[in-house]
Amino acid sequence: MKRIVPFPLLAVALFGMWVLLTGFSPGHVLLGTVIAVLLSRVMLPLAPEQPRIRFGTAMLKLPVTVFADIVRSNIAVARIILFRPPERKSGFVRLPIELDSPYALAMLAIIITATPGTLWLQHDAHNKIILIHVLDLVDEAEWIDLIKNRYEKLLMEIFE
Amino acid sequence: MIQAPDLPLWATLIVGVFVLLGALITLIGTIGLIRLGSFYERVHPPTLGPTLGTLCILVASITCFSVLQSRPVVHEILIAIFVTLTTPVTLMLLARAALYRDRRAGTGDVPKD
Repeated sequence: MKRIVPFPLLAVALFGMWVLLTGFSPGHVLLGTVIAVLLSRVMLPLAPEQPRIRFGTAMLKLPVTVFADIVRSNIAVARIILFRPPERKSGFVRLPIELDSPYALAMLAIIITATPGTLWLQHDAHNKIILIHVLDLVDEAEWIDLIKNRYEKLLMEIFE
Repeated sequence: MIQAPDLPLWATLIVGVFVLLGALITLIGTIGLIRLGSFYERVHPPTLGPTLGTLCILVASITCFSVLQSRPVVHEILIAIFVTLTTPVTLMLLARAALYRDRRAGTGDVPKD
């Protein structure tokens, strides 16, 4: 099985994309399967490090948390833009991170940047510190606590 | 050709509300681009569009075409996934370029490398 489909998750994702784009019919399911198996092999020469993904409740909890946070920060940022609170100040936050897996770090970068109000700037792999920019910086410790407890824990459960 | 008048009233209301909401959120984001001060602050507001703005428009699109074709049309989910995956790349690239320039020039209040 591993020989035929070296990247099963990628193959499943490609198959899902094909079926969603073309509509569900026997012909397209067959074609989608062929394409998913063949195309996912393109990754072989790149030889990416195999991610260790653990399936569990964290996988459902993460998207729900992220979605809720995105909606919440959208409202918060919209309020800042419209009402311009005078006491607001933005700033950089350095926060220590324990994640090692490049996949987990990439996920965290996407989550932080996709959430309005926070932006991922830099990851120092040597000192394990990431630099983010926060639009509404009230308490630095609060942000560090939020990211470590809310996202890092879940990502650790999934990837490490 | 799909005709919008075939849409029942309840669906029209949902579609209308979500399209307007999505457009409004995106507009607020673009206003923020003008209103805020520094470069790093200005990177934040445009994310309103690709997140909640896009989401509202997609919900409207899913509702509209699912009702018109009497079957679930959900390929809009792909748009949400790809937009979410790709916008952070651009934003990070811009912000990192600005950070690099500020560090080199020694201007602005940016943290050291």
